[in-house]
Amino acid sequence: MASIHELQRIATQVRRDILRQVHAVNSGHPGGSLGCTDFLTALYFHTLKHTPVPFEMDGNGQDLFFLSNGHISPVFYSVLSRSGYFPVDELKTFRKLNSRLQGHPTTHEKLPGVRIASGSLGQGLSVAIGAALSKKLNNDSTLVYTLHGDGELQEGQIWEAAMYAAAKKVDNLIATVDANGQQIDGSTDHVLNLGSLEAKWQAFGWDVLHMDGNNMESVVSTLETAKSHTGKGKSVVILMKTEMGSGVDFMMGSHKWHGVAPNDEQLAKGLAQLEETLGDY
Amino acid sequence: MTAPFTYTDQQDTRSGFGAGLLELGRKNPEVVALCADLTGSLKMDAFEKEFPERFFQIGIAEANMIGIAAGMTIGGRIPFTGTFANFSTGRVYDQIRQSVAYSGKNVKICASHAGLTLGEDGATHQILEDIGLMKMLPHMVVINPCDFNQTKAATLAIAEYDGPVYLRFGRPKVPNFTTADQKFEIGKAVLLKEGKDVSIFATGHLVWKALMAAEALMEKGIDAEVINIHTIKPLDEAAVLASVSKTGCAVSAEEHQRHGGLGDSIAQVLSMNLPKPLEYVAVNDSFGESGTPEELMVKYGLDTSDIIKAAEVAIARK
Repeated sequence: MASIHELQRIATQVRRDILRQVHAVNSGHPGGSLGCTDFLTALYFHTLKHTPVPFEMDGNGQDLFFLSNGHISPVFYSVLSRSGYFPVDELKTFRKLNSRLQGHPTTHEKLPGVRIASGSLGQGLSVAIGAALSKKLNNDSTLVYTLHGDGELQEGQIWEAAMYAAAKKVDNLIATVDANGQQIDGSTDHVLNLGSLEAKWQAFGWDVLHMDGNNMESVVSTLETAKSHTGKGKSVVILMKTEMGSGVDFMMGSHKWHGVAPNDEQLAKGLAQLEETLGDY
Repeated sequence: MTAPFTYTDQQDTRSGFGAGLLELGRKNPEVVALCADLTGSLKMDAFEKEFPERFFQIGIAEANMIGIAAGMTIGGRIPFTGTFANFSTGRVYDQIRQSVAYSGKNVKICASHAGLTLGEDGATHQILEDIGLMKMLPHMVVINPCDFNQTKAATLAIAEYDGPVYLRFGRPKVPNFTTADQKFEIGKAVLLKEGKDVSIFATGHLVWKALMAAEALMEKGIDAEVINIHTIKPLDEAAVLASVSKTGCAVSAEEHQRHGGLGDSIAQVLSMNLPKPLEYVAVNDSFGESGTPEELMVKYGLDTSDIIKAAEVAIARK
């Protein structure tokens, strides 16, 4: 299990991978990917009980993670490859023809580590509930994790799933919401104000936790707390405050880098802020 | 060789599904059932009663149901979802597309009350586009069995097939005439009556009407061949071509829109391989309305007399 310092070093490399992936094809979503880097790094290198090789779709006896906001595929691919699911070198193929690393993650190309296609928003929580119910039927005590964007919570299916999980006591499930307050057309306040996320999830009957998603210590300790809250009759949701573009100064504080790739100059400027800790692919 | 059939009684195809699901519950511990607040209508209550731990009441939240079903395949379960055909397809198209079809999940989408024969509830519930919606999805299997016995057999068969399936059936009691011990082969058309003048390709509730039409045509000196296309996708193209090679013309009959249904699938095969006249018996670019199933089938041109007329027109066009 990696230390906080080691996790921070991995996260730095993951951020480099994100910038280089989207720059290479001049497309993709760096903003949310950078914001969720610390969370996904902590999850895959510290929290999850998982076996990358050989990858097994059913994942019996393993914790499962479902990325519901599939557009942040660059961070997902980087973390999956860096934790051994597939060769790091394959990040070069991101969004290119005949690649397993599609613009949005899919099982269709059989990329190890991906258990459901996502991209069209709002579907991952339902899928995760299904996987969690399967685990209960199989007497499998491992857990199911998800990640969602806060803008994604505007999709109605999320609340169908939230209602179900609470009513049926799906308590082997930890959902995380990337509360960066940004979406494509602007801030969530401007586009469609989400109101109090805490009050909403509590009203739906979930156990609500908070964390600073760009502080590795907060992420690691909150995930441990979340684990200790499972098995008590409630689904757990972590409202994770992050900064879109976190780790690259000129990408922070705006929705403008949601789905825009850096040019050559911007890439160089960004990489200069991120130490190459594990070696670039 | 023709498959045997004998009229036995009137039964609803949805009860065939319920009977099949119950038997599956006893045979296959991996089978689970999910329902969106229509357990009685889908005849899933016997399964729920006998296997409460494998039955999941989702509530009126069909999108969530499809997603949960997709997730339950991870861990090895075989989920059967149940709701009306409208809520099984149009309402949840994107969930099926991304979480089931594109993700390649082994979910069986079981849909009752399809088509006009839902009756008095009217057009909001009478989906006539579901076959088209489902057959457009890559690798989706689309099945529309013709009676109680065949729906039961199909329900058992799809559990053995690894991949997404859309199983469509209906509400009213209709003639039960296929054999109780039939082996259901996905993608294999069933020849019910041999003939040499016209091929009638029917699916679902229209199969019995096609047999009645063939009897009436015989009295007029027309020898019609009747083929039950219970699997619309993958279509048994060899059976279609073999029959039309012999008869020289065809009629398609279905409780569905003309656009995108069985008829269009037959037309595609014929136009690419064997261009011969084809007449459609289908709803012609229209919504349904309230009425009894029988009244609606007559008003919207899906009755036995419509198949007879279509056969005569097809023959005249040879």
